[in-house]
Amino acid sequence: MTQRIDCDVAIVGGGIVGASAALALRRMGRSVVLLERDLCGSRSSGVNFGGVRRQGRPISQLPLAQRSHRIWGELARTIGTEGEYVRSGHFKIARSEADLAALEQYRAQSRDFDLGLEMISGARLRERSSWLGAKALGGSLCPEDGQANPRLVSPAFARAAEREGARVLERARVDEAAHDGQRFVLRSVAPGLEVRAPVLLNCAGAWAGPLAAQFGDEVPLRSGHPAMAVTEPLPVFMDWSLGVEGGGIYCRQVARGNVVMGGGAGFALDDERARVERGSIDGICLQAIELLPALRHAHIIRTWSGTEGYLPDRQPVLGVSPRRPGLIHGFGFAGAGFQIGPAAGEVLAELACHGRSSTPIEAFAVDRFEREAEAVAANAPNPSPRPQPISVAR
Amino acid sequence: MTSTRQTPPAVPLLHRVAETARDQIPFTLDGVACTALAGDTVLTAVLTHAGQLRRNEFSGAPRAGFCMMGACQDCWVQTGEGARLRACSTFVAAGMCLVTEVPA
Amino acid sequence: MNDMTGKALPPVIVGAGPAGVRAAQTLVAHGLRPVVIDEAARAGGQVYRRQPPQFGRSSRTLYGFEAGRADALHQAFDALRGQVEHQSDSLVWNVQDHWLDVLDGPTQRTRRVPFAGLIVATGATDRVLPVPGWTLPGVYTLGGAQVALKFQGCAIGQRVVFMGTGPLLYLVAYQYAKAGAQVAAVLDTARFADQCAALPAMAAQPAVLLKGLYYVAWLRAHGVALHGGVRPLRVLGTERVEGVAWHDGRAERTLEADAVGFGYALRSETQLADLLGCRFAYAPLHRAHLPERDAAGRSSVAGVYLAGDGAGILGADAAEWAGERAALALLADRGVQIDAARTQVLERKLARVAGFRAGLERAFPFPQDWAAHAPDELVVCRCENVTAGNLRQTVREAGADELNRLKALCRVGMGRCQGRMCGVAAAEVLAHATGQPLQQVGRLRGQAPIKPIPMELAAAQEGLPS
Repeated sequence: MTQRIDCDVAIVGGGIVGASAALALRRMGRSVVLLERDLCGSRSSGVNFGGVRRQGRPISQLPLAQRSHRIWGELARTIGTEGEYVRSGHFKIARSEADLAALEQYRAQSRDFDLGLEMISGARLRERSSWLGAKALGGSLCPEDGQANPRLVSPAFARAAEREGARVLERARVDEAAHDGQRFVLRSVAPGLEVRAPVLLNCAGAWAGPLAAQFGDEVPLRSGHPAMAVTEPLPVFMDWSLGVEGGGIYCRQVARGNVVMGGGAGFALDDERARVERGSIDGICLQAIELLPALRHAHIIRTWSGTEGYLPDRQPVLGVSPRRPGLIHGFGFAGAGFQIGPAAGEVLAELACHGRSSTPIEAFAVDRFEREAEAVAANAPNPSPRPQPISVAR
Repeated sequence: MTSTRQTPPAVPLLHRVAETARDQIPFTLDGVACTALAGDTVLTAVLTHAGQLRRNEFSGAPRAGFCMMGACQDCWVQTGEGARLRACSTFVAAGMCLVTEVPA
Repeated sequence: MNDMTGKALPPVIVGAGPAGVRAAQTLVAHGLRPVVIDEAARAGGQVYRRQPPQFGRSSRTLYGFEAGRADALHQAFDALRGQVEHQSDSLVWNVQDHWLDVLDGPTQRTRRVPFAGLIVATGATDRVLPVPGWTLPGVYTLGGAQVALKFQGCAIGQRVVFMGTGPLLYLVAYQYAKAGAQVAAVLDTARFADQCAALPAMAAQPAVLLKGLYYVAWLRAHGVALHGGVRPLRVLGTERVEGVAWHDGRAERTLEADAVGFGYALRSETQLADLLGCRFAYAPLHRAHLPERDAAGRSSVAGVYLAGDGAGILGADAAEWAGERAALALLADRGVQIDAARTQVLERKLARVAGFRAGLERAFPFPQDWAAHAPDELVVCRCENVTAGNLRQTVREAGADELNRLKALCRVGMGRCQGRMCGVAAAEVLAHATGQPLQQVGRLRGQAPIKPIPMELAAAQEGLPS
């Protein structure tokens, strides 16, 4: 018994990107059906570090990040909960003079975007943040960057979309996706659904590659698994959310006292689940104690990982398909999608309704790798296959 | 997080019903010199003198362990140096300095 | 499988309780030299936990009717000295690629232990259904109350109430009374009628049944009040236990007390099996999702065997048989000649226990109406201070209908104990609040570390204990 649903826009993927797109589309008066294979916000959007950060992003992402910053500033009004969002400040640590120089350079390059970056080092740093270990020479503070609880925020976007009239269908994996000449046709076997829409948003996260490829948009999307760990609740000693210039670990302390840390990689157990690699646990602990001596006596009570989608340039894919009219992509946020996810969703809604967005997104074109490859090898054959219905379930 | 800084009740929770002829082990509890017996766990050492091991971070209420077998994780006790040990599965050692009026 | 020097890797046994000890004995008898990793300082597990070296009580005093079995088990393990590598005071906190991550108790440093063949004998803890006031100082599990007495020569109070259901309830009350502690009452949620109805099934293990009847008779003869058909209402007191209130079917009753021991039988420690990738299935008798094992103890993962209460509560005797049976399976799978007749004897013994276990469940049934009566203000997760009301609100407002989603949204199970004490109760509340059968709400997903590990751990030399 198949239930058929027709709508203006179908969305595959109920993470923060898909859900915020659904919400934005409802506010623009479009009918929306969102298909999520598990529960909304149960994957990367729900298990990431929780940093809500603009500082350090490529300059090309900053318009999107600034747009998102405004959405975050009205979070409770938008999704009905603060989700523990706090503008605690994000401090990017420099461990050397070269690091400091790199941070100064970023400050200069990003100056048009009003991030409010402030360099702090030496005695001023020690006075301001005595809890930072000696290896921290100085760093760059973005006072309005912060942190939130992804487990609360991401599902809340989906529920907000639902309250606004979006049909959010969970435990509804897309088993088949095709185009019948007029509309996209998505089939979900278990709940017995067929969804048809002239516009399809591909927000399937790390699993968006096959859906894109099916309609001719091949992208070199790889899965990665950032490693996370959390301590027991500790007396609150740290206000900033921390990152390290040049990589390493990132950490933040929540109001309840647990310190959440990330760094290194995990590994996939299967297509959908991941776990932290033991070497990463060692690495996170060593680096965290060095950075934050107060953690010396603390215990880790849990580790976890997730599955993120990465493109080779670590920039997302965000934009219309050049091959399949009506298909619009929003995926591959390379572990940095939480802060810009809400704006990406709004951009997708704009693209769906108007074919263009007020936010510059050329850097995120889905075919940029092809064009690059074509520029390199002039005789490269056209790689696009004829679209045909194939299973995208894995 | 709240913790009302009161002196823990002096009435012990645990009562020795056997095996009292063991060597004595000196230790301090919240700054007060006490004596335990060799083979006592930290939990026994503390609770034969006082009525709590720690305070819960979120309710501020006193806790004194629960499962006695390293499962519930409600018996973590802080030492004077800031280290943490699981009281039910750690034997008391001479000179240990234990603090109970904190979330450990 | 060989290590980097070419030496054949040993099989490893995790847990030195009845299952682990018999598994070790069996492997040694067939010429292998297993590694036995155990959290405690001395082998024996919980039920046959050995007192610290400075203590002098007799086995009879410690274990009562089980003294013979306890002594036999301890002697069996002691006889293996030099033939096994016993890593005591050692916590297995992770596993990856045929290496276990082990935290050394005394040094608080971590090391890796490789294995070729693994017998998981991780045992059990008390199964807890919270009651208001259960976090007060002076409230312990039945197993905890027993450990205080057996392992430390202490009573948890001077006037103790024991509450809940299960054979352990009467055993611990009996042990306390015999040790000279005042047992104010034994409050059993099961009714006398339940126990009568279960007699036929329990007759499958007459010795066990008789012991149970003996404890009850002894308690009665010594003036200990026994109440059945009880519904626990709350533990009274502000800074510590002052009394207990319950409903007896007609009215609310109270009793003064300074300590409470309570529990509802046991729950399996399955975190290692989970990390190993063992397939789990819902077991209605145990009211839990448990790692699957065949009659020999093989899990769904090649080379991983499950023995004892860690894969389903069947008791100490069954654990000994299961440990031996699993070791025989490991040996057979390695091509070692084993006694096939013995495997059949063991499997028959284990099959009989399953019947008895069903009888126990009938005699001491799990209180299925517990969630319906749990008040909103009841603290379910004692680590994070999450109440039944918080859980229900999360169901109402966020539509949570699955246990991991419930945890993500309201923090139940997110504390240091990672759901050991609250997982059963949380599942019951969730199932009741959503009108689902218990099986459908799922089980909490496991991740490393199995228990909290210090951040200061540093990898020691690979493969060898420090």
